[in-house]
Amino acid sequence: MVNESADFTTLKELLGVTDGNLASHAKALENDNYIIVEKQFIGKKPNTSYKATEAGRKAFREHIDALEKLIQKS
Amino acid sequence: MDTQNYLQDLKEIKDLMNKSSQFISLSGLSGILAGIYALIGAGVAYYLIENHDGYYITLESSTFKLILLTAALVLVASLLTAYLCTINKAKKVGEKVWNASSKRLLINFFIPLVTGGIFAILLLKNGYYGLVAPITLVFYGLACVNASKYTLRDVRYLGITEIILGLLAVEFSGYGLYFWVLGFGVCHIVYGTVMHFKYDRK
Repeated sequence: MVNESADFTTLKELLGVTDGNLASHAKALENDNYIIVEKQFIGKKPNTSYKATEAGRKAFREHIDALEKLIQKS
Repeated sequence: MDTQNYLQDLKEIKDLMNKSSQFISLSGLSGILAGIYALIGAGVAYYLIENHDGYYITLESSTFKLILLTAALVLVASLLTAYLCTINKAKKVGEKVWNASSKRLLINFFIPLVTGGIFAILLLKNGYYGLVAPITLVFYGLACVNASKYTLRDVRYLGITEIILGLLAVEFSGYGLYFWVLGFGVCHIVYGTVMHFKYDRK
């Protein structure tokens, strides 16, 4: 894993998507148990951060492997 | 063929992984300029030493204070240039100058660097003049190796080179200024050029 966890704002900046877009994708990943969501308060501000689960990491690796196999096939 | 899309996907994933953990806006150009400043500073220091009125340069002498001032100016000029070049490049690349990666980069760079700086000052204070130049090079190299995890990989090789130069400088005590010319002048120009042509002109 490149990063242990990432918070909402960092991801939003990195991916260049809207709040709603990011939130819905995160919800979908959470429903599949690929990530866990941690909500806390930093001082008075709410902070949401995401961590990959073991299942999520496995799925990611399999996805990368599949992509590489498809590229090698041609 | 769909292979194009898959390649594109993989590339995007790899880019995201790099972007989220490495600060990529480090500019090779600032390295070249820092090297030039260092060479100029070394020239000034050499001139000051040649024109010093005595056999030894003591810590209280004006010559020493001027040499220190020169070194400080070189450092400030290099940092300022690096800051400006980085802002410029970050804008072009679409990275924010102040983000998680750059914060980690700075912290991990400054820990060995400040340690080396304090070490060097203590050496001066206790009369180990011959070790000052080697120590500054070694710790600068260690700082670069440590920081390279959070930015462009080439900085790692610059760091290793500086460490080797620093260790050699111990054996050639008395040629500190020449090793500084090599380490802070020539190396920065060489690595800065490599990085500039590799990254700055995409």
